[in-house]
Parts: sequence; structure tokens; C-alpha cells
Amino acid sequence: MLSDLDISICLIAIAPFIAAIFAPVVQRFCAGMTGWVLSVVPLSIFVFLTSFIPEIAGGGFVYAGFDWVASYGLRFSFFIDGLSLTFGLLISGIGTFIVLYSGAYLEGHHHQGRFFAFILMFMGSMLGLVFADNMITLFAFWELTSITSFLLIGFDNVREASRRAAIQALVITGGGGLAMLAGLIMLQQLSGQWNISGLFQYAGVIAEQELYLPILLLILAGAFTKSAQFPFHFWLPNAMEAPTPVSAFLHSATMVKAGVYLLARFNPILGGTVEWGVILSIFGGVTLLWGATMALKQTDLKQMLAQTTVASLGLLVMLLGIGNEAAIIAVVLYLVAHACYKGAMFMVAGSVDHATGTREITALGGLGRIMPFTLAAAIIGVAGMAGAPLTVAFFAKEEMYAALLHDGLSGLLAQPQDLLAIAVILVGNALMMGVGLAILIKVFFGTLKPTPVQPHEGSLSLWAGALVLGVLAVFTGVAIGWTEQYLITPVASPIHNLLVNGQLYLDLTLFTKPQFYVSVLTWVLGVVVFWQIDEIRTRLRAFSRVLNWSFDALFDWLMFGLVRLSDALTRFWHHGRLELYLLVVFVGFAAAVIIPLVWENALPPMPELTALPFYEWSILLIAAIGLVAVLIARTRLVAIVSLGIQGFAVALIFLLFGAPDLSFTQFMVETLSVIILALVMTRLHLDQRDSRIFQDVFRDGGLAVICGVGVTVLMLAVLQNPLDMRLSDLFAATSVPLAHGHNIVNVILVDYRGLDTLGEISVVMTAGIAILALIRIRGGGPQTGAGAKKPDSRGNRTEKAA
Amino acid sequence: MKTVIFRTIAPVLVAIMVVFSVFVLLRGHNEPGGGFIGGLIAASAVALYGIAVGVEEVRKALRVDPLAIAGFGVLLSSLSGLVSIAYQVPFLTGLWTIFHFENTEIAVSSPMFFDIGVYFAVLGTLAAVALALEEDEDQK
Repeated sequence: MLSDLDISICLIAIAPFIAAIFAPVVQRFCAGMTGWVLSVVPLSIFVFLTSFIPEIAGGGFVYAGFDWVASYGLRFSFFIDGLSLTFGLLISGIGTFIVLYSGAYLEGHHHQGRFFAFILMFMGSMLGLVFADNMITLFAFWELTSITSFLLIGFDNVREASRRAAIQALVITGGGGLAMLAGLIMLQQLSGQWNISGLFQYAGVIAEQELYLPILLLILAGAFTKSAQFPFHFWLPNAMEAPTPVSAFLHSATMVKAGVYLLARFNPILGGTVEWGVILSIFGGVTLLWGATMALKQTDLKQMLAQTTVASLGLLVMLLGIGNEAAIIAVVLYLVAHACYKGAMFMVAGSVDHATGTREITALGGLGRIMPFTLAAAIIGVAGMAGAPLTVAFFAKEEMYAALLHDGLSGLLAQPQDLLAIAVILVGNALMMGVGLAILIKVFFGTLKPTPVQPHEGSLSLWAGALVLGVLAVFTGVAIGWTEQYLITPVASPIHNLLVNGQLYLDLTLFTKPQFYVSVLTWVLGVVVFWQIDEIRTRLRAFSRVLNWSFDALFDWLMFGLVRLSDALTRFWHHGRLELYLLVVFVGFAAAVIIPLVWENALPPMPELTALPFYEWSILLIAAIGLVAVLIARTRLVAIVSLGIQGFAVALIFLLFGAPDLSFTQFMVETLSVIILALVMTRLHLDQRDSRIFQDVFRDGGLAVICGVGVTVLMLAVLQNPLDMRLSDLFAATSVPLAHGHNIVNVILVDYRGLDTLGEISVVMTAGIAILALIRIRGGGPQTGAGAKKPDSRGNRTEKAA
Repeated sequence: MKTVIFRTIAPVLVAIMVVFSVFVLLRGHNEPGGGFIGGLIAASAVALYGIAVGVEEVRKALRVDPLAIAGFGVLLSSLSGLVSIAYQVPFLTGLWTIFHFENTEIAVSSPMFFDIGVYFAVLGTLAAVALALEEDEDQK
């Protein structure tokens, strides 16, 4: 039975979906206030989640859920620990501000209600993903985030660029998700556990299995595509086609972190091996450098931020690959820091865009005086990007350097891979800092430049979120005791699978640590990058012009190739000649029936003919007359009706041998097929007569005989074996007591095999829709019926004109 | 096809067929019949009526698009399976309530609604196809 706690925890993931259904209605009644009204949903989830903090910070876990497909041991289940709670708080907290922000940012947009619905659905998927315990639950929410992200990126669906970016994101993240599903299933097959929390007991054991590497690669495929790791990184910058609130929410703070979340979640189960360390460090490192470099190339504010997001994700993956205690602490701190400052920076970029009508950094300047609150948010955001002291990002940087400096400077020099790693992180951080400084200084300081819209400070809901996130980043960076107790220990411990006690320093001991001096070096390098940014950009652009190749273009080439391949295949099989279709089908059928019988040497002996009573003979005679009539019929109509005679004779046979239901149906089907065939015939404007050349008659007749003989032989072969009556007996015995029905056929249809029937009627209806579509395309548009379009292909017009 | 005799007889014939189809549908659980065959009979009735009096008339008489009837049928069947949620049993579990009225027992069950859904799905789909085909013939 469900307890209240189970229900309320499941509601964390489900409530946003319910709210999404009502969002367009709320929009209609509240108009400008919609953002404020709807933000109650994420806010209440946030408040509810904070009630778990004391328990989780004390090292506890909360489990909830209900049985889903009990026969397969599947539960719709959730569990809360430090990691998932932090993610949940970030998602619902930032989500609250994003909903508010969207209210102002998209004010007056004619599809604003739809937008709210999408963003709430996304939030629900994301919350479900991070709290999911059951791996299938996890997968379902994982794919839901891909789908909602697709809807959000393609929100502006009249622009081709949005549609392309949306499809690209869906193909890449959805494809990765399918790979992940395979990995999760293999993991379950290996351990017998569907629950992630149940897998923790196998930490270390799974790594010794033969299937470890395939599982690892498949799960990494899911995580890497979702978190935009090189070489799947390119969808993320393209996803900036989405409205800015989406970029701030999905593509910086939450969805792209899902991959990092997955890696962190599976770190105790799959991590700690050489493969894990090498793969994550290399891919993460390349992504970090690639993203940071690409960010320098951009002049669009959102593109710059998007590329640094790619870099940050690479950094997180790399740190998970390093995987020692300090690295895990760095992951935790950097996760929070990045979610805060990058979310804030995206909102700042959106506000600037909203206020001036442009996002080109070269066209902006001196906005600080006009937009003081936005400036304040931007200063804190960039402080975070730079890892300045007094922000949590500072400690994140300290810890990531400490992770590689565990044996001091001399130890580092003895380990070339550590030296390389620290150099990569240092350069990556410095480049990102340079980009941050460029955004802050070029946009907000200097002389005011003319912009498409007269610049003005945005409303409260546009800058409040960014400011609060910034304040949070500072708070966690100053109140280090609080951060240690409530952030590092509860979050890092489940990732590391050991109790982690973070120790941060914000006093003079700082200067005794070698990592502090690496941070100083980062800042120096960052300022240099900022100082030379125009020069670097020019060079990078010249270089990429020479290279003239990108992963983006490769993706297009692959997709285009796929479309062309399927087009060629379709043309090959769908040549439009009906008689060839039928020929292929029947030849295939005859081969499928006869070849196995001959191959297996299962041809039945000639059956003994029993004496038939006269009425059975007469029915056979009727059938035979029907067939002969079909063959000698002078017009097609007569042939169709004659075929009906034969069908009725078969129905009579069913009746005689005790299958009244079957016979009944056969009668109706025969009647309707005669009617429909006759109608189709008049529609196709066929000749009255069916005239074929001799070769065709020979071919078709021969094939018909072969098929007929094949079926007959098959039936006789089936009758060689005694009928297995177990099912029939079971149905006969249970149909009245269990299903209250005397007609076993009907009971089977509607009760025992109800799911099959449900599938069948769905197919029947779908086929009906397809038939209607075919009729309408050919017929030059319907006179009645909604939703049908006039044909626009030239073939139909000319046909009509002729 | 529009002979006077046919056009006069058709409405009567169609009425009988529709009533018969409902009869076949409802008795299906215990005697030969059921939703599928009932739907086929009703669809033939619609097709017949279309041939007799023209598609426009039939569409007016039906009031809703035949495909909507089919959609309603599939929906009804699915919902009859979902009732089981309330009783915490698997999807599509048959649920039965038997009322006593005078001396007869009247059984109301989820399989019955399921079968009614099948009836509408088959009726709607075939009627839609048949009417669309007949429509073209009218235009000629």
C-alpha cells in the first residue's frame, strides 16, 4: 500500500506534469501574472525538498515508490540521498526563477502558455531522473528530458534553424539514451537488481565481470551524449536556438548535467577502474579544451556561454575520471558553483538581449550605468567563472588542483599524466575566465553603443533570479562551515561511496597550500587571455576557415545520407506497380510454406478420404462453382461476386464443423469485402474486363495453384500431429467460473487476450486512417471531413484536367 | 443502384441491421456474437444506407465523423482496462458486478465495455472507409 510519504515523493516528479496540463489555461486567465502563479509549483517542490535536508545531511536515505510491473520486479521507485537532493534543490530552485523569468521574457508571446507547459514538463522529467531509483524509471525520465528538450529547442518552430537544432539534440541525446538502456539492462542481467540503490552492494564486483567494458561503454554513451562530451558536443551550442530561459535552465544548470549526474551516481558501481579513469579523463579533458577554445571564437553572448558550458561539463567529467577524494569534492562544489553562475550568466545575457535587441558582444558597451541590477548579477556571475575568492567556485578550483597535487609539487612532476591533467585544467579555467571577463567588461563598461532597442533595465523577474543565484554562490563560498556540513559530506559521500569530510580553508593557511598558487596562475593567465581576446579570436577564425570542417557538418552529412538511403530503398521497393507487389508477396508466401516442408522432409502422406454426407458434398460443390465462376467471369464485377460465393461456402463449412462465431464473421467479412472491392474497382476506373496476355495468365494462375497446394499440404501436415488441447481445455474449464461467459471465443477476445484485442482494434483504426488518407490523396480532396488537405502534387491536377 | 425499391426498403433494412448488430454485440459473451461481428454488421448497414440514399445523407444521420466513432471505441476499450487501477489489479483485469432486477440478473462488467469499444472501433473504421469510397462514386 502507498503511504503518504510515497505519494508525496512521487508527486515531486509528477506534479510539474499536472501543472503543465493546466499551464495554458492559467495563461489564458492570468496573462501577465502567469509566471508568478506557476512558479508556486517549483517553489513548493523546493520547500518540500528542504524538509529532507536534516535527515539526509545526517547520512540518511529515503526510499519511496510503488509497484509498476510487479511480474518483472519493476517498481516506479525513487530514493533521496545527498546527491539527488542537491540536484533536486537546484532544479526546483532555479526552476522557480526560470518560470518567473519566462513570464517576463516571453511576455505577450502568443504561445507563452505552451512554453510554460513544456518547461514544467521538463522540470518534472528532470526531477524524476535525479530521484529515480529503479533503472527503468530512470531511463523513462531520461528520455522524457530529451523529448521535452526537443520541444523547447524547437519552440520557435517557424525558424528552420530551431527545428534543425531540435532534431539534432533529439537524435544525439535520444540515441545515447538507447545505448544507455542497453547498458542498464545488461547491468540488471548481471546483478539481478533493477534498483540503483541495490547495486551499491556490488561495488567493485561488477568491474571484475567480463561484461564490464560493454556496460561501461554503453552507459558512458548515454552520459556523454547528454552532457555534450566531445565528439557529441556540437548539439549544445546549436541548442542555443531555444529561448534564453531554456538555455539558462536546460543547457547550463540542469539537463546537460544529467550525464554528469549519471556518472556520479554510477561512480561507486562502475568507477575506480583504469578504464573508467582513462576514458573519462581523456574525453573530459578534450571537451574542456575544445569548448573553452571555441568560446573564444564566438561574439554572440549566448554562444560564448554555451561553449564555456561544454568546457565546464568536460571539466566535471574529467574530475570524475580522476576520482580521488579531493576530485569528488571539487565535482560537488563545481556542480553547485556552475549551476549558480552559469544560470545567472544566461539570464544576464537574456536580459541584455531583451533590453537592447542584440547579443553581439561587439555591438554592446557601457550598459552598466543603465542596468545596475543586471550588472551586479553579472559581476557575481563572472566572479564565479573566474573562481574568485569568496565564491564557492574558488573552492571548487582549489579542490580540483588539490586532487592532482596530493603529493606536492615534486610528486606532480614525477607523474606525467597528472602534470598534463593539471595543465589542461589550468588552461581551460583560464580561457573560461577570459571569456567571462570579456562578457562583463565589454558589455557593461566602456562607452555606450547604439543598439536596435533603446536599452533599459528589465523588470524584477528578469534580474531577481540571476542575483539570487549569485548571492547563493557567494554564501556557499563564505559560510564554509555550512558548506562542509550540508554540501560536501552528504553529496560527496554517495559519489565516493566512503564518508567524505571536506575541509575548506578561508584563512591564512590558504597561503601554505600549493593549489592556491596554481589558482593565482590561472587568474594571471585569464587576464592575459582577456587582454588578447580579439587577437585570439581573429586567429581562431582564420584557422577554422582553413580547416573548413566541423562535427556539425559531419552530422548533417550523416543525416542527409540516411535520408537519401531510405529514399533510395523506398523507391526500390515502392515502384507503384500493384501486380508486382502481389507477385512478390505471393512468391514469398509460397516459398515460406513449401520450402521448409520439403527441407524438413515433413511432407504429409495422402490422407484417407472419408465418405462425406451429401450436404457436405453440396457445399464443396458450391465452393467449386464459385471458383470456376471467378475464372470464366466476363467482367471484373462478376468475378468479385463469384469470389463471394466461394467465401460463403467456406463459412458454411465453418458452421457445419462447430465454429458458429467464425462462420458468422466469415459471412460478414465476405459481404463487406465484396462491397468494398466493388467500390474500389469503380474508384480505380478500371476496365470492365480483366484482359491479360497469356504469359501473365500462366504466371498468375501457376502461382495461385502453387500457393493453394502449399496451404493444403501445410494443413495436412499440421493434422499429422495430435492437437495440443491444453489451452482449449483450460479456456473451456475456466471461461464460466472465471470470466462469466459461455462463448469461449468471445471470452478469449475480450478477457483472456484483451491486450491483443486492444492492439488489434488500434491497428484496425490506424489502417482505416491510412486508407482514408490514400483515398483522399487520389480523389482530389474530400467534400466533407475535417483536416484533409487539397492535393498539391502536379500529377493529380493534370489528371483532373485531363 | 438507386432504384425505387431499394431506396424504399433500405431504411427498414438498415434499422433492422443496426438493432441486430447491437443484439449480437450484447449476447456475444454467452452466445455466438460479440463486438467484432456486431461492428461488421453495423458497418454493412452504414455502407448499405450510403449506397441507397447517398453519402451526404448518411453523414448527416451519423452526426459525427465515422473515424471519431472508431477513436471513441479504442478509447472506451482502453478506459475499460484502466478501471482496474481503482481496484489495484493489473490492466484489463475483468471486473464484474451483477445486479438483480425483478427475476433477471443483469451483469455489468469491464469486458462488456471493452467489447462495446471493439464494436465502435470496427464500425467506425469500416464505415469511414466505405463512405469515403462511395463518396467518389457519387461525384462521378
